[in-house]
Amino acid sequence: MEKKLEKILKNYVKDECNIISTLQDVQEILGYIPEEAINFLSKKLDIPASRLFGIITFYSQFHLKPRGENIITICRGTACHVNGSERLINRLLIELEIPPGGDTTDDLRFTAEKVNCVGTCSMAPVVIINKRVHGEMTTDKLIKEIKILKGKR
Amino acid sequence: MRADIKIKVCMGPGGIAKGGADVIEAIKKEINSTGKKAMIEKRCSLHQVGCLGFCAKDVLVEVIINGNKTTYEHIKPDMIPRIVKEHLVEGKPVTEWAVGEEYRNFHKKQIKVVLSHCGEIDPEDINAYIAAGGYEAAKKALTSMSPEKVVEVVNASKLRGRGGAGFPTGLKWELSLKIKSEVKYIICNGDEGDPGAFMDRSVMEGDPHSIIEGMIICAKATMSQHGFIYVRAEYPLAVKRLQLAIDQCYEAGLLGKNILGTGCNFDLKIFQGAGAFVCGEATALMRSIEGKRGMPTPKLWRSAVKGLWDKPTVLNNVETFANVPQIILKGADWFRNLGTERSGGTKVFALTGKVKNAGLIEVPLGISLREIIYDIGGGIEGDRKFKAVQTGGPSGGCIPAGFLDIEVDYEPLALAGSIMGSGGMIVLDETDCMVNTAKFFLEFTQAESCGKCTPCRIGTKRLLEILERITSGKGKKGDIELLEELSEDIKATSLCGLGMTAPNPVLSTIKYFRNEYEAHIIDKKCPAAVCKDLIKYFILEKVCKGCGACKRVCPADAIRGIKKKPHRIDSNLCVKCGTCFYACKFKAIMKI
Ligand SMILES: Cc1cc2nc3c(=O)[nH]c(=O)nc-3n(C[C@H](O)[C@H](O)[C@H](O)COP(=O)(O)O)c2cc1C
Ligand code: FES
Repeated sequence: MEKKLEKILKNYVKDECNIISTLQDVQEILGYIPEEAINFLSKKLDIPASRLFGIITFYSQFHLKPRGENIITICRGTACHVNGSERLINRLLIELEIPPGGDTTDDLRFTAEKVNCVGTCSMAPVVIINKRVHGEMTTDKLIKEIKILKGKR
Repeated sequence: MRADIKIKVCMGPGGIAKGGADVIEAIKKEINSTGKKAMIEKRCSLHQVGCLGFCAKDVLVEVIINGNKTTYEHIKPDMIPRIVKEHLVEGKPVTEWAVGEEYRNFHKKQIKVVLSHCGEIDPEDINAYIAAGGYEAAKKALTSMSPEKVVEVVNASKLRGRGGAGFPTGLKWELSLKIKSEVKYIICNGDEGDPGAFMDRSVMEGDPHSIIEGMIICAKATMSQHGFIYVRAEYPLAVKRLQLAIDQCYEAGLLGKNILGTGCNFDLKIFQGAGAFVCGEATALMRSIEGKRGMPTPKLWRSAVKGLWDKPTVLNNVETFANVPQIILKGADWFRNLGTERSGGTKVFALTGKVKNAGLIEVPLGISLREIIYDIGGGIEGDRKFKAVQTGGPSGGCIPAGFLDIEVDYEPLALAGSIMGSGGMIVLDETDCMVNTAKFFLEFTQAESCGKCTPCRIGTKRLLEILERITSGKGKKGDIELLEELSEDIKATSLCGLGMTAPNPVLSTIKYFRNEYEAHIIDKKCPAAVCKDLIKYFILEKVCKGCGACKRVCPADAIRGIKKKPHRIDSNLCVKCGTCFYACKFKAIMKI
């Protein structure tokens, strides 16, 4: 991991506004931001770890815990809400057996998360399955997609 | 005579999601296939274009032969061979797949200024933009206009901020111009955090050069040398296309040192947000670019005096900048006359929700809500009854049927209890519960409150708790008054716009739909049958055919019955997810 982080830091210009971009790079490569990475960056960049932690917890894009192999993102924007996205979430959580309050299955195979708006509101409700946008989603279609993913391995 | 063939495929947000890339591949493959290649290849050009507007009909494909345009709707890759054979080779359009009356009506009342290039040109090609008259305005401003003159024209055009608040753009620039400073910044706000809105995304992805050109003109007007475009994390394609456009501009000498030999310098960078709604707010956005937590700061100075890194800064919305080139080119009078007495020009809206023709529209300011929803939007889906239209996102409100004929402009919308906002327009019908809608927005603002000031952090939480109580049937007498009082306090005492506007959805729904609140609190009923704890699902025995579709989809095993005999829902087991309601083909499942 240290090697990867060193590589990211090479592109880092010592100019404060790059912290957020640097963290974005870290997450892009590692999938999340582990505690060791925070400590490493803090030492190398001479920024208190608390400040980095503050930034990471402020922005919803950053994750401190590992995420599932498959990421299902359900849009919770207004257009999707009026077209039934709440139903999709409730059904998905039941299907994946994710405990209340959590977002990832114990075996790290699935993460279910919400997003405020994907920007394709005219085909609401919208679900992103592993980066692919699916419009006009129904519980039936969603469960079918999940079953396919569950079968893969 | 050899025919000149142009094919344009919509690769806007809707087009991409519905498989636009596959359609492009299919066209390429078909054109290159033996025989056809020789006939049409050299005269045929294929372009990806930005959003064509009518997203409900994506993938849209336009075929233009010698200037005759045919637009096809709902195109899938397997339909391409027939279009290529009959239309491209034999010259006979496939009329049954072409758009109809509805598509023409959708466009009839629209005027495209900001979106004039969107859907016409390839957004990844600077030459396409230049061929359409692009960068003429920048040239004009840089070579033949003084900063004061540019400001004067923008002032006269009555262009107002499209980010929601409607601050006169010319005035903002004038303030910055008057400040003397070595370093000044310009920022384009592409955070587009309002849920249910994709106007700025469509412009950034569909016509990125128009934003850059607007920013170059602003740089001239305010004598600034540095610019940022702040783009939301959820829009990777916008980042990609803007970066491409910026690179092309540097290469063409339109950005950087000594632009077009005029001695003006302007550097432009993209900054990617990391997912925080409050970062759309001016001061929070600047803190975010500075690499900090994106929390608003008290506005002791206007940003034009002390903004980014304490330097004079002009912040404008994407759409605001995209209007500027045309104002410079066609004149302030032309622009002003498009709109109303108070506000010039047009406004782009993302028309969604329960409307038949969902999509991206641009209308002259002053048009009525009714024209937008019924003439352009084609009315309510399933011809149900209209209930309200929500504008301004979480900062806005719900406008009921009685106000459908008001003018769409900043002040009339505010009078109706909402705001213009950035352009999200979500239509609600009789099947939507207004208390639930208010709760939905409070969930949003409560989660997105940055937590810095107490009225917003704790106030929105309390508002949400009361709304949760009401929607779960535990509402108490006096709750409505409590909501109203708390709302007024939050509005009066919050630090930034987020808190100041967060109670708007609550106040406007109480104002116009008080009876729905009362039904929840007193009768413990949800009139629209939405709130889970107040409804019950059951099967109409007479209608049920016993097909078992509901039983198969029920996640809680709450449905019992033998094949071909009426089924029953066990209300003790039912989790009220509603899956069966939508699975039944015979409409045998009811909810009350
Ligand atoms: C909570 C909050 C969120 C905002 N989000 C956005 C946004 O996403 N996009 C935007 O252009 N303006 C947003 N604004 C408005 C900006 O603060 C600012 O007024 C605007 O960008 C100025 O540009 P304009 O004058 O061109 O409208 C937001 C304001 C608040 C208070
Ligand atoms: S509301 Fe879901 S994509 Fe915009």
